[in-house]
Amino acid sequence: MASVWEYANPVKFIRTTDRVMPWLWAGSAICLVVGLVWGFFFTPDDFRQGSTVKIIYLHVPSALMAINAWLMMLVASLIWIVRRHHVSALAARAAAPVGAVMTVIALATGAFWGQPIWGTWWVWDPRLTSFLILFLFYLGYIALWSAIEDDDSAADLTSILCLVGSVFALLSRYAVNFWNQGLHQGASLSLDKEENVADVFYFPLLVCIAGFVLLFIALVFLRTQTEIRARRTRVLLARERQG
Amino acid sequence: MSALLTRDLALAVRAGGGFGLGLAFFLIVVVLVPFGVGPEQALLGRIAPGILWLGALLACLLSLDRILALDWEDGSLDLLATAPLPMELLVSTKALAHWITSALPLVVAAPLLGVLLNLPGPGYLWLLVSLAVGTPALSVIGTFGAALTVGLKRGGLLMSLLVLPLYVPTLIFGAEVARRGAAGLEVAQPLTMLAGITFGVIALLPFASAAVLRINLR
Repeated sequence: MASVWEYANPVKFIRTTDRVMPWLWAGSAICLVVGLVWGFFFTPDDFRQGSTVKIIYLHVPSALMAINAWLMMLVASLIWIVRRHHVSALAARAAAPVGAVMTVIALATGAFWGQPIWGTWWVWDPRLTSFLILFLFYLGYIALWSAIEDDDSAADLTSILCLVGSVFALLSRYAVNFWNQGLHQGASLSLDKEENVADVFYFPLLVCIAGFVLLFIALVFLRTQTEIRARRTRVLLARERQG
Repeated sequence: MSALLTRDLALAVRAGGGFGLGLAFFLIVVVLVPFGVGPEQALLGRIAPGILWLGALLACLLSLDRILALDWEDGSLDLLATAPLPMELLVSTKALAHWITSALPLVVAAPLLGVLLNLPGPGYLWLLVSLAVGTPALSVIGTFGAALTVGLKRGGLLMSLLVLPLYVPTLIFGAEVARRGAAGLEVAQPLTMLAGITFGVIALLPFASAAVLRINLR
């Protein structure tokens, strides 16, 4: 039986992702276009918030991916620490800037929505604050990757930073909750609660989330491939210089 | 271990610079605040606990790169790593030495600087307590940051970027204790949280710091 670990082989990884990626790109493009057009033009305005409510189709998926990208980096870092597959470390490295951009999108769309509704671009609300802190963690992680020259040490150090950072990010989340009560509404998509977003908004939102997930996977695959090829090029160049 | 501790302490005292600089920095930060926000006594009194915590935190941060960098440069870190002392204990000792030489003077000086910022009466005790409980966490977390960046040429700025987000929970609870104390409110809840962070960090983070240091010494 084929095991997942076969994809730790860079050649196999590139071959498989090459085959999958067109589908991912197409799927995410279709989902995003359908979801956004549906959401922007074919849902009613909210009776209190007017059309500003429609920013939810960018805000919620990007916020979701910002957190999930960090979780994916955490898993990839663990795999690197335990099994030392280079593809895994490179995937974690590849996901970080994508996650950081998702965090910025979530913060920016939130600010655009907050300006007319809350009357301010920014408040020190627990959710907003913890997202800002998450963004700082992304920055530190990316900076550490780019600061270390040796590839293996960089992978080791960043994966430990990712583990420690996860614990502290979680701690900060609860500390911030303790520190200030917020304006931000509670979860609007949980599966177990009665009070969710109305169905008219819910289905296009699901399509948008699917689009963001596919987009994220495609971007991470692409960036991981780039990292693998860059590393291969470096090795080839070094070999050429020697011989 | 105690030999290492006395060595680090003696180095800090004799070579100078260590806690003198940190204290001077703390003083300057506190002196600059009224220039920035205006000399109004009521406002200063309200923000004093937070400013003092922030100043102590930054002064602590400033001295972090001395924890390991000097030993790294002259090679004694390699010797220490080969010594029959577990790496976890080594980094814990280093953190303890940093706390005694850099953080403890800040804790002692903070109430004096509170006078400059018109800190309300009941605030002094809780400021002292919160700093005494919270600064060990700052030293231990800082040692992790120092171990992460020890091999880098210009690690100082990077270390600030890595360490400051990790300081967030400690700062939140520490400043909360000081703030509530100054306002005469109940402090038990944030204080236990702060102590929890400190003890948790002392118990667990040395393993991460040691792992990181081993990678850097490879």
